[in-house]
Amino acid sequence: MNARLGTAITLTLGFAGLCVAGAVVASASTSARTSPGPHASVAHGRYLVRAGDCMACHTASNGAPYAGGRAVPTPFGTIYSTNITPDPDTGIGRWDGDDFYRAMHQGIARDGHRLYPAFPYPWFTRLSRDDVRDIKAYLDTRAPVRQRDIAPKLPWPLSMRSAMAAWDVIYFDAGTYQADSEKSAQWNRGAYLVRGVGHCSACHGDKNFAGAVDADHPLGGGFAEHVFAPALTGGKRDGLGQWSEQDIVDYLGTGRNAITTAAGPMAEVVSQSTRYLSKPDLRAIAVYLKSLPDPPQQDIADADATVMRHGAALYLDNCEGCHRRGGTGETGAFPRLRDSSAIQAEQPDTLIATILRGDTVPATDADPTGLAMPAFDKRLDDGDIAALTTYIRQAWGNHAGAVSSNDVKDLREKLHRYPN
Amino acid sequence: MARRERPVDVVLVGFGWTAAIIAQELTDAGVQVLALERGEFRDTVPDFATDTIQDKLRYAVRKQIFESPERETLTFRNSADQTALPMRHLGSFLPAAGVGGAGVHWNGQCWRFLPQDFEIRTHTEQRYGRKFIPESMNLQDWGVTYDELEPHYDRFEYLCGVSGIAGNIGGVRQPGGNPFEGARKRGYPLPPLKRSASTVLFDKAAREAGFDPFPCPAANASKPYRNPLGVQMGQCTYCGYCEWFGCGNYSKASPQTTILPVLLKKDNFSYRTRCNVTRVNTDNTGKRATGVTYVDVDGNEVEQPAGMVVLCAFAQHNVHLLLLSKIGTPYDPTTGRGVVGRNYAYQITSSVDVFQKEILNPFMGAGALGQGVDNFNGDNFDHGPLGFIGGGYIALWNTGGRPILQHYLPEDAPTWGSGWKKAMHDNYLTATSIATHGSVMSYRSNYLDLDPAWRDDYGSPLLRLTFDFQPNEHAMSDYLTDQATKIAQAIPGATHHVKKRDGHYSIVPYQTTHNTGGAAMGADPATSVVNRYLQSWDVPNLFVMGASVFPQNAGYNPTGTVGALTYWAAEAMKRYLKNPGPLVAA
Repeated sequence: MNARLGTAITLTLGFAGLCVAGAVVASASTSARTSPGPHASVAHGRYLVRAGDCMACHTASNGAPYAGGRAVPTPFGTIYSTNITPDPDTGIGRWDGDDFYRAMHQGIARDGHRLYPAFPYPWFTRLSRDDVRDIKAYLDTRAPVRQRDIAPKLPWPLSMRSAMAAWDVIYFDAGTYQADSEKSAQWNRGAYLVRGVGHCSACHGDKNFAGAVDADHPLGGGFAEHVFAPALTGGKRDGLGQWSEQDIVDYLGTGRNAITTAAGPMAEVVSQSTRYLSKPDLRAIAVYLKSLPDPPQQDIADADATVMRHGAALYLDNCEGCHRRGGTGETGAFPRLRDSSAIQAEQPDTLIATILRGDTVPATDADPTGLAMPAFDKRLDDGDIAALTTYIRQAWGNHAGAVSSNDVKDLREKLHRYPN
Repeated sequence: MARRERPVDVVLVGFGWTAAIIAQELTDAGVQVLALERGEFRDTVPDFATDTIQDKLRYAVRKQIFESPERETLTFRNSADQTALPMRHLGSFLPAAGVGGAGVHWNGQCWRFLPQDFEIRTHTEQRYGRKFIPESMNLQDWGVTYDELEPHYDRFEYLCGVSGIAGNIGGVRQPGGNPFEGARKRGYPLPPLKRSASTVLFDKAAREAGFDPFPCPAANASKPYRNPLGVQMGQCTYCGYCEWFGCGNYSKASPQTTILPVLLKKDNFSYRTRCNVTRVNTDNTGKRATGVTYVDVDGNEVEQPAGMVVLCAFAQHNVHLLLLSKIGTPYDPTTGRGVVGRNYAYQITSSVDVFQKEILNPFMGAGALGQGVDNFNGDNFDHGPLGFIGGGYIALWNTGGRPILQHYLPEDAPTWGSGWKKAMHDNYLTATSIATHGSVMSYRSNYLDLDPAWRDDYGSPLLRLTFDFQPNEHAMSDYLTDQATKIAQAIPGATHHVKKRDGHYSIVPYQTTHNTGGAAMGADPATSVVNRYLQSWDVPNLFVMGASVFPQNAGYNPTGTVGALTYWAAEAMKRYLKNPGPLVAA
């Protein structure tokens, strides 16, 4: 884990959200739509804004919706989301459709300054022009809020926005999504959503030192908000290899399925974003994700027997009540831990963070309960959590890398510094 | 001058079991509902989290989950010739404060009363004659029948995910269940909890004694359960921290684990905590409630107007509010006239501690993990030669083995020092106890009224409880204890210690939080406060929930019946809201 510290967190905002879009791809499943009325455009825009989870970043804690001001800590400094309400002076009220499209498509603001890729324009560039128009149409219906943007706190040379021009040259290719004619319309719709407005790889992709996602393996797992967003590729152990299409639809629609429940930032993504997606769109995403290849697996060393015994005892005392003997979980209530891709993710950070701070399953209309796990940070020390997570990752046929006390210590400090 | 809040359609006083049910039902019917809770908001995580709640010193010994007598208490005396004094510590019963009410800290023992319990006066007169009933006893029918309540019992049991074995489905006896229970339309939603060693022991001994044991109905989920509202519960882990604790595993039914996940998301529901309701307000005719007045956490008096008021506080608090608000005629023990405060009753309990050799591991328990017999409950046996009315169940509850308060030592064991330690060591894993849980009838001399001397923080008179066990209850309880002793005697190699309930009622040692009456329901306004739909006879837009409406108490834990009556009343309230007015002509 330490080896990756420099690339741990991307400039990209740590929220994946799925956005849905598009005339080009949407027209594959619905009738061709050339000139929607204003109401349809706004309604479609709301769907896309939810799908992109725009609100999550563009709303400060207890702040006015879409008025920005949410602090986003990155390894490079702190960036603040901007006001995208229609306020003419402090928001985007004076932006016309072309201004907005340029920001979404090229990462350039109305006044010509370069945006930081914390704003996911490297994904939004794939959106169709019609979809971007609808997003703007919806944002224009929001209550204008007069709230000035906060300047980012970045060191030189990143503080110079012109530096982003170089970043864009190296890491950014503007371009609308081009359908793959070899694939089905459903697959293309899924790809459009995942790689476009959904900006899934912003979290689920590995980032390089400059915060850019590895373009060759965009969904191989990556860090987001101190936790690890697992691979969405076809790995049977740590990817979606064991998930059926229905499992993916259930997970995104309700925050849970037979295998696991959404945790950490993904719980927020489900409750604010993916649960609002239509069933056909969820299905299209599932079809696309299930087409991703199974990358080669790394060798995993067996953990020390003493650590496993310590972990087993801790599991019995702290976890077994809900997650049951053998890590089977309770169907419908508490997620299983055995045979779980979430547990066996390449990096253990999500598991460690869940133990440290607890978690709540997203509450949805279909599943209103929001079952919660308490935080164990005061009860278990770093060595305990290392042994426990090592045990959980290697017991019952699970096979994932051991966890060290230092891994836990680092994460504990980070979470303490940047509590949610 | 009190601040005045915006009016709501319905205001609920308290936010425990009955308020959660009423709120869920009435918001579904489209009206705007506000609950006012004197305590704080509480939820499974973080308040009852498994690494927090299993602290017996904090919760069971220091009683931090209950109401605080420094804020709200009552005065007590055994009889009208004594001077009542205020209770400064909790004792014989433990009301809650906080969202979820006592539904958070109950055990989950979720019974139906017997069909005869609801028509006890008619039934007793028919079988034993009018003279069988002592003159001092206010024996009353409820005005509602078991058959009318059956669908509502069913709703509450399916809400809670009750674990058990039905004994009587549609009049057909079911093997393994309680052969004496009233007919139910379908079985319990979940199979019974796994048996512990002690309940197996009891089962065998009870059969040997000639009785009919069955697993007691438990609102502790034996399996993961999704209730009809879509709320998900987890499987009970037998941790032994039910009674006096919140559940950390979403396994014990409570408002939090069965209703609130749905209710709290509704736009037409809201609640406020730390609001102590001090009055129900009425208009100048006294026939119509206009809302309530409460005191907020800053000591401000606030008026909350409402079209309808539902009292959902704990039993005696509902009665206290009626008396303070001058709604209904207060009961006068000298004349026997008046109704508010009349028919206060309780529960009479006893036990037989059993000392034997088999290892029982008592710490693997659940609040309602028990095996019981109902042969001596209600009128399941011939009372003619016995001369008393009522009965109760006998059960071995394996609620847990928390060492401070849940251990049984022989009579001759020292009470401290190394001798006590040795006795604990020798008995902790093998001793157990058989409980009896008896009905208490209502009497002219047992009642609630306003204390003439003592006042609370808000300047209002404290509620005064005048209560004692009567000869009928002692005779019944002694008989029940004798039957329990027969079971203890059938356990091989066991010695036992019989703990009868002797003498006067003492409010000091814990017994049960099954306080009933004071706002009795019934068919006659001369002997009841609310009609059969729990609607005030005097103020038709006021309803009273909970065990305060029981005319007398049966031999079971009250919550199942409280839940059924609440659903029953909710249906009536929906009719009332469409067509306001008295639902029963006085």
